[in-house]
Amino acid sequence: MSNNSDTWLTRFHRLGSPPSIYRLVGALLPYTVIICGALFAAGLYWGLVLAPADYQQGESYRIIYIHVPSAWMSMFVYSVLAGASAVSLIWRMKLAEAVARASAPVGAAYTFLALVTGSLWGKPMWGAWWVWDARLTSELILLFLYLGYMALVAAIDDRRTASRAGAVLAIVGVINLPIIHFSVEWWNTLHQGPTVTKFDQPSIALSMLIPLLLMAGAFKFHYLCVMLARVRVEILESERRTAWVNALVTQRSS
Amino acid sequence: MSEFFQMGGYAIYVWPAYLVTAVALVVTLVAPLRRRARIIRELSAVAAQRNNQHPK
Repeated sequence: MSNNSDTWLTRFHRLGSPPSIYRLVGALLPYTVIICGALFAAGLYWGLVLAPADYQQGESYRIIYIHVPSAWMSMFVYSVLAGASAVSLIWRMKLAEAVARASAPVGAAYTFLALVTGSLWGKPMWGAWWVWDARLTSELILLFLYLGYMALVAAIDDRRTASRAGAVLAIVGVINLPIIHFSVEWWNTLHQGPTVTKFDQPSIALSMLIPLLLMAGAFKFHYLCVMLARVRVEILESERRTAWVNALVTQRSS
Repeated sequence: MSEFFQMGGYAIYVWPAYLVTAVALVVTLVAPLRRRARIIRELSAVAAQRNNQHPK
């Protein structure tokens, strides 16, 4: 087919092909890393140096700048994992499978961070590293969902069967997300209620809210960086026997 | 400056939290970058061997 007869549809189709996605991802990655680094620099300086101490919790509240973004990302990444899983089941889209598989480990890392930083904040403020309270327990279940997904996908040799089995688990686990979010309202818990994501004005001073949002943006871009880097690996692994990957590696080695 | 590192007496809680976060964020990003480099190294070694066996 000559270039002139390319319709928008064939161009669109080529855009979705593994080699062009691989190239696109590689071109985007440096920029996302730079933006992520800049957001972290601004958020950390503002949060640790410029922002005032809390009138009740003193300096210990500064854990908020990593705890809350980690916790938000733990739920956001799970919703991406479940959404990509649904797309991969319905349309058999390989890219959606790659996104789902690429999201699980970093989502597990955010969940782990939310639990650990929460524990380090809970000890001085509540007097306990851990309590079996609704918010903490449902977040721990989220960590087990991530780990279960990763173990299941790793245990099945055939890549596509593994992705499909994992997708079912990820979709069933979505029920945990509203439980985490509303846990502080449905049950009596030690964990404080929502301060930012509520309908009336956020109950946090602007001088603390701005660095919190900067850090939340930094974490979002961190996820984007990791996702792009991992999708590239996923594409390389599933396409390792194709002509274009062969061309890519021989071109580099010569 | 030392006042900053003392974190109003909460240093033993605040800094470990930031440290574990930094380690986790760096490791999760560096791991796939290194894995990609390793895959390309392996595949190009295989390709080089194949070309030596069957020179064009």
